[in-house]
Amino acid sequence: MENIRKRILKDRLFTLIVIVLSFTACIPLLAILGFIIKNGISSINLDFFIHLPKPVGEHGGGISNAIIGTFIVVGIAFVIATPLSLLAGIYLAENKKNFFSDVLRVGIDILASIPSIVIGIIAYLWVVKPMKSFSALSGGIALAIIMLPVVIKSTEETLSMVPDSLREASLALGVPYFRTILKVIVPAGLSGIITGILIAISRIAGETAPLLFTAFGNPFMNLNVTKPVNTIPLVVFNYSTSPYEQWHKIAWAAALVLIAIVFVFNFLARIISKKWKTKF
Amino acid sequence: MGKNQQQQKICYVNTGPGQKPGVSKFFKKDFLFKFILFFSGFLVFLLVLSIFVSLILNSVPSLKEFGLKFFVSKTWDPVFEQFGALPFITGTLLTSFLAILITIPFSLAISIYLAEFTKHGFYPGFLKNSIDLLAGVPSVVYGFFGIFVIVPVIRYLQIKLHIEPYGVGIFTASIILSIMIIPFSSSLGREIIEMVPAEIKEAAYSLGSTRFEVIKYVILPYARSGITAGILLALGRAIGETMAVTMVIGNSNMMPESIFSPSNTMASVIANEFTEAVTSIHLSSLIEIGVVLFLVTTMISITGKIIIKKFAVHQ
Repeated sequence: MENIRKRILKDRLFTLIVIVLSFTACIPLLAILGFIIKNGISSINLDFFIHLPKPVGEHGGGISNAIIGTFIVVGIAFVIATPLSLLAGIYLAENKKNFFSDVLRVGIDILASIPSIVIGIIAYLWVVKPMKSFSALSGGIALAIIMLPVVIKSTEETLSMVPDSLREASLALGVPYFRTILKVIVPAGLSGIITGILIAISRIAGETAPLLFTAFGNPFMNLNVTKPVNTIPLVVFNYSTSPYEQWHKIAWAAALVLIAIVFVFNFLARIISKKWKTKF
Repeated sequence: MGKNQQQQKICYVNTGPGQKPGVSKFFKKDFLFKFILFFSGFLVFLLVLSIFVSLILNSVPSLKEFGLKFFVSKTWDPVFEQFGALPFITGTLLTSFLAILITIPFSLAISIYLAEFTKHGFYPGFLKNSIDLLAGVPSVVYGFFGIFVIVPVIRYLQIKLHIEPYGVGIFTASIILSIMIIPFSSSLGREIIEMVPAEIKEAAYSLGSTRFEVIKYVILPYARSGITAGILLALGRAIGETMAVTMVIGNSNMMPESIFSPSNTMASVIANEFTEAVTSIHLSSLIEIGVVLFLVTTMISITGKIIIKKFAVHQ
């Protein structure tokens, strides 16, 4: 048997190591935020948001096309993915135990684990190749595929938590099944569903890999969904890997804008899930 | 009484299908609704299936041309149309395993701290929020941070150690990757440690164990399979990660000589060469790499999920 003092010392040492290691993990976050704010804030002004990028050598220039492009691509993904994933999520929550929903759950797990670059290949094969052009639409479809499993899972989880008594009460009153789902079950889990959608949006807004050969990037303003479009993550990637000092500055600022957008969506999701939660 | 009201009354009283017009209308709608729900689920399933099928179909030219040699050949030469994926498979394995090795102590510490030490209060809240934010940072921003902050630091270290100062390379990519997977592995680890039943922990405490002893002799052995699964799932994440790795790995198609040399992973070579691939065999070789990525990450994620499920059912 070890000496009691030695044992306590070991325990203290262990506690110290755990605390030090845990909080070391916060350093990268602080460093990332610190560097990006420090280097990006100086390039952020109104021009940055409303002007187009300028050629190398000219000062100034903005990323207005990329900001619009991000909204276009994310908007397309949202429109495609949300209805489908809500319905599929409701299906899974309603059919907890049958063969097909078990198979579907495995399929969704697979879908969630596919690397985003592979989704990019798929969108390229399905949309870019037949249309013979890179396009905002193909980028939106790639992001929609990424968004699907996230929203399906969160919808299923939230709706499964709605107590059966609510459903039974509604059905006992003679309300038809589809109205019970749409007017009782879905509203009861609405905050969870919206949180899931916001989290999914914050995730796809920062995606770059699936857009490399779908949305492709475009130095000009483009509102046509069948033409290539620029997005903020693509700007960060292309400008940071370029050799020009001036472009690096824009990349820092673009990274700041990107992080701000992503965090705002994240933050909204948290507020909704905390403040607007229906408790059972 | 209006006709409408009467009809409504009937439909609430009657339960037999098809007897009264109001009731059968609802039954039809119910049926339609259930069908739409099922159909959406089926569509999603079809999507997964067709992703797999179309990847395989499009990699057929390369499969035919190179066969199994694809996985053991070291030459990747688009000019002479010789494609072997071994350098990228090696690069992927090295970066992701190294990243896992670096991340394990930190993730484990965070999981233990959040699950076993203090659960409420300022510090755990701060830690939890920072980890959540870390999970939200887009991967291109990690890569960007890597290029301008981590690469110079590594280059400085390499000069001190008298290694060729590339800065970029496998080691740099592993460091970025290890930061990226911390949120994922630590939250999984925390969930699993929290699943350890309180009785056995309390039993150990009541016998006079210190917290260190409880964790070492009770919690970790009990949660071992779950933690392994968590590490496996984090590995799957690391293997599929593209942007951050592409930006700092140096993009060399040679076999890596050491952990400091520039290399390429399966994901990063696709990102780099897909738009430049002119010949169809080049494109299909890249897609075959995509198939390998798909299969590997799928298998890892299914295995991990099964282990965790078994662990959770065991409780």
